[in-house]
Amino acid sequence: MKDALLKIKELAADELLKVNDTKALEELRVKFLGKKGELTSILKQMGKLSAEERPVIGQLANQVRAEIEESITNRVKEIKAMTLEKKLKDEELDVTLPGTKATIGKLHPLNIVLNEIEEIFMGMGFDVVDGPEVEYDYYNFEALNLPADHPARDTQDTFYITDNILLRTQTSSVQVHVMEEKKPPLRIISPGRVYRSDAVDATHSPLFHQIEGLVVDKGITMSDLVGTLELLMKRLYGDDCKIRLRPHHFPFTEPSAEVDVMCFNCGGKGCSMCKDEGYIELLGAGMVHPKVLANCGIDPEVYSGFAFGLGLERIVMRRYGINDMRLLFENDLRFLNQF
Amino acid sequence: MDLSMKWLSDFVDVSDKSIKDFCYDMTMSGSKVEGYTPEGKDITNVVVGQVLSVVPHDNSDHLVVCQVDVGTERLQIVTGAQNVNSGNYVPVALNNSTVLHDGKPVKIKNGKLRGVESNGMLCSLEELGLTVHDFPYAIEDGIFILGDDCDKTLGKEIKEAIGFNDTTVEFEITSNRPDCLSVLGLAREAAATYGIKRTLKEPSYKGIDGNIEDELSVEIKNPKLCSRYIAGIVKNVKIEPSPRWMRERLRASGVRPINNFVDITNYVMLEYGQPMHAFDLRYVNGNSIIIRNAKQGEKIVTLDGEERTLSEEMLVIADKDKPVAVAGIMGGEYSGIMSDTTTVVFEAACFDGASVRRTAKKLGMRSDASARFEKGLSPKNCYPAIMRAFELVEELGAGEVYNTIIDRDCSQVSENPVEFDSEWINSFLGTDIPESDMIEYLKRLDFEVRDGKCYAPYVRIDIACKADIAEEVARIYGYNNIPSTLLKGVAEARRTPEQRFIKSVQSSMVSMGLNEIETYSFISPKYFDRISLDGDSRLRDAVTITNPLGEDTSVMRTTIIPSMCETLARNYNYRNMKASLFELGNEYIKTQDGKLPNEPVRLCIGMYDSNGETDFYSLKGIIEELLNVISITEYDVELAGTSCAFDEYRAFHPGRVAVLKKNDVEFGIFGELHPSVLENYDIGTRTYIAKLNVPEMMALADAEKTYKPLPKYPAATRDLSLVCDDKMPVASLEKAIKSAVGKTLEKVTLFDVYKGEQIERGKKSVSYSITMRSHEGTLTDEQADAAMKRILKSLKELGAELRA
Repeated sequence: MKDALLKIKELAADELLKVNDTKALEELRVKFLGKKGELTSILKQMGKLSAEERPVIGQLANQVRAEIEESITNRVKEIKAMTLEKKLKDEELDVTLPGTKATIGKLHPLNIVLNEIEEIFMGMGFDVVDGPEVEYDYYNFEALNLPADHPARDTQDTFYITDNILLRTQTSSVQVHVMEEKKPPLRIISPGRVYRSDAVDATHSPLFHQIEGLVVDKGITMSDLVGTLELLMKRLYGDDCKIRLRPHHFPFTEPSAEVDVMCFNCGGKGCSMCKDEGYIELLGAGMVHPKVLANCGIDPEVYSGFAFGLGLERIVMRRYGINDMRLLFENDLRFLNQF
Repeated sequence: MDLSMKWLSDFVDVSDKSIKDFCYDMTMSGSKVEGYTPEGKDITNVVVGQVLSVVPHDNSDHLVVCQVDVGTERLQIVTGAQNVNSGNYVPVALNNSTVLHDGKPVKIKNGKLRGVESNGMLCSLEELGLTVHDFPYAIEDGIFILGDDCDKTLGKEIKEAIGFNDTTVEFEITSNRPDCLSVLGLAREAAATYGIKRTLKEPSYKGIDGNIEDELSVEIKNPKLCSRYIAGIVKNVKIEPSPRWMRERLRASGVRPINNFVDITNYVMLEYGQPMHAFDLRYVNGNSIIIRNAKQGEKIVTLDGEERTLSEEMLVIADKDKPVAVAGIMGGEYSGIMSDTTTVVFEAACFDGASVRRTAKKLGMRSDASARFEKGLSPKNCYPAIMRAFELVEELGAGEVYNTIIDRDCSQVSENPVEFDSEWINSFLGTDIPESDMIEYLKRLDFEVRDGKCYAPYVRIDIACKADIAEEVARIYGYNNIPSTLLKGVAEARRTPEQRFIKSVQSSMVSMGLNEIETYSFISPKYFDRISLDGDSRLRDAVTITNPLGEDTSVMRTTIIPSMCETLARNYNYRNMKASLFELGNEYIKTQDGKLPNEPVRLCIGMYDSNGETDFYSLKGIIEELLNVISITEYDVELAGTSCAFDEYRAFHPGRVAVLKKNDVEFGIFGELHPSVLENYDIGTRTYIAKLNVPEMMALADAEKTYKPLPKYPAATRDLSLVCDDKMPVASLEKAIKSAVGKTLEKVTLFDVYKGEQIERGKKSVSYSITMRSHEGTLTDEQADAAMKRILKSLKELGAELRA
């Protein structure tokens, strides 16, 4: 019997080597170790053995079973590894083929940049405020120190709805609403659409976007205006960005300034992009005119403030190198998909 | 304002600055320079020459051969001009020179004309970029023969020889600074900018004895609109061209020289910023000047030859019978200076700015004079201006000036000093400028500071409050010397719920693959027809622009849909195969007359796919997901009909348009565009549009999202296939299922709709997967089956049967 057991062990080892798939392996396992298997049939003959032989053979039989089982398990592992390896090999792809198109939409470039500017200002504690686009003359002009027949009205060709209702020509109208409704301290920006009767061309549009800014509090200085704008431009264009203020005139600010930003193309040396100026005009700003504060019920002897107005299109066009404003409102997907 | 640098040098010496620096420095101190142009910048290598001989060309009837002395050499030059004689001094373009031809620079080189060598060219005025206005004695189509007012040194650079070497600096003067629309004003700014001396001379004249009151009367009928009127008389006038220096300066200032008197009025206007006027006394009937309002319908032919019809609010200068000038804007044609004029009346007056502006606007007639008056001038400027005119008349020998004037002065100019407080200025600007420096800056600008008050020069009509003084100080100190400080104190910013809501809509759209667009808020009223809006739809009652650029942009949109259609059509036309777009934009809805419209925000979605991969349900899927994200639940989707709240439903395919509804509020419409609308827009593929009302959606959204615990017990799932009438909306089946199961229902998913062979005609098969789950324990099969029985019972009542 002992020989028979050893033979089974050898036989199993031999056959295992020939087996290459898990199914054959299972058959093999049944053949040797199953209820009707060879090992079992030998063990059935144990009864015929002497009492001395029985434990010896029993131990041997268990040993043989354990060994066969272990080699089957090992063989299983080997076969699995082989199968996997083959599968992976078969599944090799041409990684240079193009990817399947995934779609995510794009924000309009105006709003991409607007979001950025809003974030910058919100970080400085500016609330974002909306105001009406169809507006009373009072809010767009009169309260801003531009009474009827004021010559500065000429610089903003206005669309009128009635004698005293118009399409706002500037987001500055929101300043008045905010100051009427809330008391200082005020820190707001107000982005939105404005309208001027300019015929459409590469640099003009009868509709464009401005971002108004207004700060009113005790002790607000012109140097605060400089600092705020400097911070904005550094955030927008990087820490090396420099700004320059030039005296200008807006009826609703005094002193008033036009603000230029150093040309990104030439770094201030002068090039064709900045018409050899080294700087590019970007926005208008100033200290809120005491008359405007008074018009809104804020005492100019107690409070002071600054305001500024940014043209969004100009910033966006500069940012992406867009040379024709019409593209922004045509909404051609070949354009929109680039941002 | 075009400034002649030669003229400026009468008053300030900036010769040590480069023109570029000058422009920059002036800009930075507040007088913005747009650019500068050196005269004759395209003319090079042209010199003065003398014609020594003129002989006919052997091979040509119309050419002549000249020998010309240009100082350093003698040149043979062939010319076609007929006006050249030996002895003439002429401009000679040498070899490799540039002159103008049809306004463009061309190179001149030695060459042969009909076989005869020609080493250069004799130039006409036009070839130098000049006209006969600059040299009245020259002829238009011929060589410019230099007159005695030119330097005839042979070989001399021509621009220098004829005084064509000024530089014009173009200033953009803001409306608050009419004082800078003058050479003297800019001289003041230049002197202040550099802190340099200014040479000023009070104008004076000798005059002849004569009492002006004997020959002229002046009456101001409306002192509100004319605060001052000064008249002077010049006798025995000699009308002729003004001298070269005056013509030169006018030219450099962009004003065409005419004759000595017209030129003097323009010269004074440019120098002093005070518009002047000159009449021929012959045409002032009754020798009386009356400044009055026009009569309604009164007519005048102005200097530009146009007949103007006046109205009552307009101010005119009239004689006893008729208007002779529109006050402050333009003179009449008949009373102007002519070649036979013998007595001239000079006017220097001050008119109300707003009135001049209104009149000029109404008559559509702007002039250099009106541009100055309408910004507001000081009545004090009239006197020195008319004195300067008299001085020039005598200097030019143009006539004899009476030593008396008429000065009707109704102005009430009071000194209006502004508080001067250096501490306040520093605290306002955030600077630390010593008071003495401030006073120095102000002094340079002709301000006077005494007793804590600041007195502005009378030409500075813009100075009214202490912030104005701060600006004067700041701009001379230098805006860019103001330090940069950060806002003090903390402020917390947050978006409003509306802004947050819109942001979440926007980001949902983008994450579902839609591209955002921005379209004009104004549209054409014709667009209402294009989307088949009913003739009597209230959406046609739009806010209308009274002065639009064109019909296409003449009304504010009452519906956002045409903007989207137009954008889709454009993309389709550009052969973009598919488009999925959205816009968050306003509509403008009229309220009451005289009140502002409402401007509600709309979400508009538009899609097409030329490959047919987009359909009604792709759009609906996007909307469903959006509503899920913004927490609108339990809403209904119904086929839209005539009772629909959205008038735009006419734009849609009548069988493929739905309204979104919750709590009886219709908050959106979506569907496929009607084939006729597609045709209107030339879109050749099925197109899908949605419009959702943002404020309504916001009101309907569940305010807060709360966490629901994850399930602890397994779900029971049952599939169900039904057969029902084809016309039955599946929404009603779902509703029945929901109410039949009750609160253990977790999800009803429709996974198949089938019409076809195995199904009776007019019927459809609808298959659902129903998931039920309890939070109290595992659902038993019995419980699930009971629920299914309830479902079948209520579906049967609806007419839906279990599919066999």
